[in-house]
Amino acid sequence: MASKKSTKEEKPIDIFKSKLVPECRVLSEDEQREFMEKYNISKRQLPLILPSDPVVKALEAKVGDIIEFTRKNKIAGLSKYYRVVVGGIRG
Amino acid sequence: MIFPQSVDEQLKELKETLKLNKAQVEKLRKIAEKQYEKSLIDPGEAVGVVAAQSIGEPGTQLTLRTKWLAGAMEMTVTQGLPRMIEIFDAKREPSTPSMIVYLKPSYATSEKKVEDIAFKILEIKLDDVIKSIDVDLLRMRVEVELNPEILRKYHLTEKKIQKIISEEFKGYKITTGSYKINIKPKGEDVDIKQIYKLKVKLKGIHVGGIDGIKQVLPMKQGDRWIIKTAGSNLKDILRLPEVDIENTTTNNIFEVLSVFGVEAAREVIIEETLNVLNNQGIEVDPRHIMLVSDVMTYEGTIKGIGRYGVSGGKASVLARASFEVPLKHLFHAAVSAEVDNLTSVVENVMINQPIPVGTGIVNLKVKKEEEK
Repeated sequence: MASKKSTKEEKPIDIFKSKLVPECRVLSEDEQREFMEKYNISKRQLPLILPSDPVVKALEAKVGDIIEFTRKNKIAGLSKYYRVVVGGIRG
Repeated sequence: MIFPQSVDEQLKELKETLKLNKAQVEKLRKIAEKQYEKSLIDPGEAVGVVAAQSIGEPGTQLTLRTKWLAGAMEMTVTQGLPRMIEIFDAKREPSTPSMIVYLKPSYATSEKKVEDIAFKILEIKLDDVIKSIDVDLLRMRVEVELNPEILRKYHLTEKKIQKIISEEFKGYKITTGSYKINIKPKGEDVDIKQIYKLKVKLKGIHVGGIDGIKQVLPMKQGDRWIIKTAGSNLKDILRLPEVDIENTTTNNIFEVLSVFGVEAAREVIIEETLNVLNNQGIEVDPRHIMLVSDVMTYEGTIKGIGRYGVSGGKASVLARASFEVPLKHLFHAAVSAEVDNLTSVVENVMINQPIPVGTGIVNLKVKKEEEK
């Protein structure tokens, strides 16, 4: 019953309102290159995020994009974390 | 030198409270810089092992008991070691799912309003709102009598329940009277078994509230009212207009993963773990737990620490075999002609070679110039 209802309404929840979701944005192509040069890494070495992830959907990021998260914690204050959107059927 | 934000803020605070001049600030920054560099982790340090030891040792102090009661009003939530195991093994459903629902400020002021919302959230089955449910064997039907007082308490009406039942039981003969509903299966030969099955099914029908919320408990926190729940359904709760999305959380990590994404799930893993430890008066540096949660969420989903999670996903055959069920891994590797490149720690320990940790992480190559 309830599941039928929710598929009918299906208005998306504004997930960025939650304090659990860190601030995030998609890096532009230039920024991507700059970022990978700065740390001397390739995309394969980055942590992953799945295309089915609500954040990816909300940002409308494509496979291969790098998403920058600005995490908040008590020790460092703000810190940056990067995840690359991966394709495939996993997850 | 770029400091982390928190260090910057501390320096600024010092500058203001001590009223330092420019030269003094410069000196302070220099000292801070030195200390900061000193306290950075060295490249090659085995942080994973340090984290494991740092969580494991105080972990021996955790209670082994699953449940505790702290008064009748309080709900029991799994604590101590069992909860730790749940988190790190990435169990799909916690054994005691629970939510803390925050309300928008305009709703969170009076007890009455909060109670109304709490009853709106609470999952209500037909069984909860009836005075009686009987089987009439003579007329081969189930008779339900509703309790008008309880209906009013849960903001339900007789009509609504009639509608729900008629939607759920299409093809049944339904007659209604004042707060009475009679249901009879259609057809000539109806046996008793069928009637009793119908009765059980009727009792379990969802008539109001949100699926999975088994208990609600309005509480006062500061001057704000919140609702604690037993049972969790983040997705549907967040859709309610009264709910403040910002602070509302659940202890079901997989629910957070599907609603808010990996990064939020990581945050909940850290929070829940620290919660368990701090509740028992144990101090563990959050950075160890942050490291563990980063490893668990590395692949975009949550992987447990163990045979089916992080340890089972290692690239090296020998590393996997050294953890659990060695024969399975070795046979499989032999059949599929797996190659072990010996790039990590465990396999190098096994074959008695220097491990790539600490000073072993660097490879020195001497450039012979005289050969040219």
